[in-house]
Amino acid sequence: MEGFLDFLASIGRVVLGFLVATGRFALFAVTAVSHCVRPPIYPRLILKQVIDIGYYSLPVVGLTAIFTGMVLALQTHTGFSRFSAQGAVATVVLLSMTRELGPVIAALMVAGRIGAAIAAEIGTMRVTDQIDALTTLSTNPFKYLVAPRILAGVATLPVLVLVADVIGVFGGFIVSTYKLGFNAAGYIGQTADNLRSEDVISGLIKAAVFGFIVTMMGCYFGYHSRGGAQGVGAATTYAVVSASILVLLVDYMLTSVLF
Amino acid sequence: MSDTVKIKVRGLKKSFGRKLVLDGVDLDVGVGESVVVIGGSGSGKSVMVKCILGLMEPDGGSIVIDGVETNALRTSERERVLQKFGMLFQGAALFDSLPVWENVAFGLIQGRGMERQHAKEIALGKLAAVGLGPEVGELRPAELSGGMQKRVALARAIAAEPEIIIFDEPTTGLDPIMADVINDLIIKCVHDLGATAISITHDMASTRKIADRVAMIYKGKIIWDGAVAAMEKSGNPFVDQFIHGRAEGPIQMEVRAL
Repeated sequence: MEGFLDFLASIGRVVLGFLVATGRFALFAVTAVSHCVRPPIYPRLILKQVIDIGYYSLPVVGLTAIFTGMVLALQTHTGFSRFSAQGAVATVVLLSMTRELGPVIAALMVAGRIGAAIAAEIGTMRVTDQIDALTTLSTNPFKYLVAPRILAGVATLPVLVLVADVIGVFGGFIVSTYKLGFNAAGYIGQTADNLRSEDVISGLIKAAVFGFIVTMMGCYFGYHSRGGAQGVGAATTYAVVSASILVLLVDYMLTSVLF
Repeated sequence: MSDTVKIKVRGLKKSFGRKLVLDGVDLDVGVGESVVVIGGSGSGKSVMVKCILGLMEPDGGSIVIDGVETNALRTSERERVLQKFGMLFQGAALFDSLPVWENVAFGLIQGRGMERQHAKEIALGKLAAVGLGPEVGELRPAELSGGMQKRVALARAIAAEPEIIIFDEPTTGLDPIMADVINDLIIKCVHDLGATAISITHDMASTRKIADRVAMIYKGKIIWDGAVAAMEKSGNPFVDQFIHGRAEGPIQMEVRAL
């Protein structure tokens, strides 16, 4: 009987811990969003974050997108050849990149690069009292640190995804024309014929949501880091892992709603 | 103590889980007075200061600043009270991403909306007041030595000419000569501004130099409070053991950090 009660108590502790963490995150998110829409807004800080998140992520997102498009063309050709449907390669590459792979690949890359950087920077500021110093200098840390990063993430990731879409489709084009023997004009024509604005826009909506998730996770775990260098390291890991999982989970939910 | 009370703390309590850190702290700080709170590591000095600043929410008690109870203030009111404070953090807490002058001018630009060029002129003046030339203003905090970082932090603390300045372990980690330089600067800055000062430290040389009055905190309570001149003959065995740095005595040091 006592063992059973211990078992129940351990389950209770896990459930309570989960509820406390969820509540704390919800409060953080509500406070952060409220500071995103209330003045003062810091345009210089937002611009700096746009450059960090957007401009400096272009190489990694571009490289990932082009290889994804190339592999997609190869695999689609291999699979569809079994049904004599290899002519659909251009359409499959286009739809896959704009609806799914562009937003998800870009978000995962940004989660690794930017989510980690945000958590490390804010976490270091936390453990070295710089966040307390902000408060004593009459500056709200949410307004100064969190809001600019979230606004920049939401605004910038759709642009990155648009670039990833174009580069990914171009990767598919390269492989299809130079390796798989497709006619270049025919491939471009098929791509143009199947290009639908709703496919692109749905991808961009996903991108904005993913931008929110990645920056929010970085800020949240950084803001609550404790215990010196080890705590900052743990915060960085949690930020990247949780953002990556949430991106994939929310991607499924958004796909169910949008299509 | 001065006739007019600037900061009045009564029955301040704070716990972290089961660990009781502040167990009913009572402390008065008069206008223009320099009070040094001494006590061992983990005795609750920093927690008390963070509660006064509103960086931590106390579990109970009262903190009155200029006659205003601050424990239940809304954010905007709290920000107004915070404009009376300047703070020198133990590790300086300078912003790595900003040049030194912008660190000093930060409260003026972000907190008070001052134009950047004007704030920069004030910042360079404050750097000069702590013995640093204008060329230092363009450096990054990481390029400075520990003593220079403390000076910059002091310049930042006084930049907005606050009514109250809090010094958290101002000489920790400095060599004795640089510690004395910082002590002199603290005395000069506090005197020039006519500010009220609370310092927390376990550096007794610093305490003897900068304090008008000394309060000793032990196990979350103020156990002795008096003029710095009376400290040597307090007759309190806890104070005697602490100020003379004896291992034997009534004080049992906390082994675990908070």
